[in-house]
Amino acid sequence: MNIYDQISSNKRRTVLLVFVFFTLIIFIGLIIGLYYGNNYFGIILAIIVGTIYFLFSYYGGANAILTMTRAKEATKPEYTHLINTVEGLSIAAGLPKVPKVYVIEDEALNAFATGRDPDHASVTVTTGLLNKLNRLELEGVIAHELSHIKNYDIRVMMLTSVMVGVTVLLSDFLLRSFLWGGKGDKKEQNQLTFILIIAGLVLAILSPIIAQMMQLAVSRKREFLADASGALLTRYPKGLADALRKIKHDPDPLVDTANKATAHLFISTPFRHNGKKSTWFQDLFSTHPNIDERIKRLDEM
Amino acid sequence: MASWIIFAIIAVVVLFIIYIYNSLIRLRMRVNNAWSQIDVQLKRRFDLIPNLINSVKGYMKHEKGVLEEVTKARTSLMSGSMKDKAKASNQITDALKSIFAVAENYPQLKANENFKMLQEELSGTESKIAYARQFYNDSVMSYNESIQVFPKNLFAKLFGFQGKEFFEADKKERDNVKVDF
Repeated sequence: MNIYDQISSNKRRTVLLVFVFFTLIIFIGLIIGLYYGNNYFGIILAIIVGTIYFLFSYYGGANAILTMTRAKEATKPEYTHLINTVEGLSIAAGLPKVPKVYVIEDEALNAFATGRDPDHASVTVTTGLLNKLNRLELEGVIAHELSHIKNYDIRVMMLTSVMVGVTVLLSDFLLRSFLWGGKGDKKEQNQLTFILIIAGLVLAILSPIIAQMMQLAVSRKREFLADASGALLTRYPKGLADALRKIKHDPDPLVDTANKATAHLFISTPFRHNGKKSTWFQDLFSTHPNIDERIKRLDEM
Repeated sequence: MASWIIFAIIAVVVLFIIYIYNSLIRLRMRVNNAWSQIDVQLKRRFDLIPNLINSVKGYMKHEKGVLEEVTKARTSLMSGSMKDKAKASNQITDALKSIFAVAENYPQLKANENFKMLQEELSGTESKIAYARQFYNDSVMSYNESIQVFPKNLFAKLFGFQGKEFFEADKKERDNVKVDF
């Protein structure tokens, strides 16, 4: 699979994601409506909430993420080296525009890219990363992030967070409705409504889990691809491999400003790990592929 | 009925030709765009060099030769064919390296804020030139490949698409990239 296949697959996936997202929330809306005794109320509510949420996240999601992680725009004398690195690798990647560069004041070693397309994108690194990595390692990390931008991974990843967010929100609302009771006349409920309510209850419980799994599957495969195309940019896979080794042995991987919604954006999982080998069950719920596996693949290039 | 089939075949063929033509145009545009990226960076370095010469002139009285070399290569950079430019660009890269190496012997110069800034800017530009060249050569490779493979080569000839030249690094530099086992 070359990069152009990857880009079109990402664009198809985005459309599919939006479609699944709207189907899901319309269904949730339908059940909410049935429960309250008015079919249209729920569907209309879901479509309005979904559309507003979708538009806000599509156009403002990247800024929200940057604000949430308390990233500050990198400026010239202080971060000249970082900005030069991003500019140089953007040329190598043939990006239409140099992404904006941000830094997070944090000693942890981490980085992420976000935005809706290569024209509206940004790269963020922690100050710890700048202090502890050498030039070649930093280039490896930046090239990895720019590959996410070039492949349109950033759009899929941003919209995935959105979808996970709103699904959790709506199913939470649904669950609460069941728990606290609705206004509908319960005597009029027929068997169909009953079945729908059971289905809704199952959905309310399952949908956050399903959404979560989708987010994980989507982001893990992407990391390998970005590693490979990043190595193609620097022509030096060892740079990124060394950087990942340093990240692995980082005693404090916690980015204080990261949370569950933004975790999958980072180059390496921003939460605490205890250095032990992870089990398959942990791997299933991890936002990132096993770091040893990534280093191994880079070393073999 | 038969006329409809003929019509459909012609339509498919026309669409196919349009598709090939557009993909060739896109690849050629990428090559031209990549070339202008190199040019932008070469120009940037061209503009930075006089400042560098001015800031080191006072210190490096005994290394006039190195400075002259840079100035000479700089003048030949802005004229000539792609090959000449590539050659001049490599000469400047080498000459700049030796200026910065010599500068190590002058602690006062190394502490000079202006010099430090220029050094950072120039080494940044240096790597941007290298990256621009890499992107250009990649683009040229995929463009040249696509006008040579069948059936695109037939249409490439028909529409007058010609192969592009690589922006070559000199022999020495390529040897440096060799992987050590």
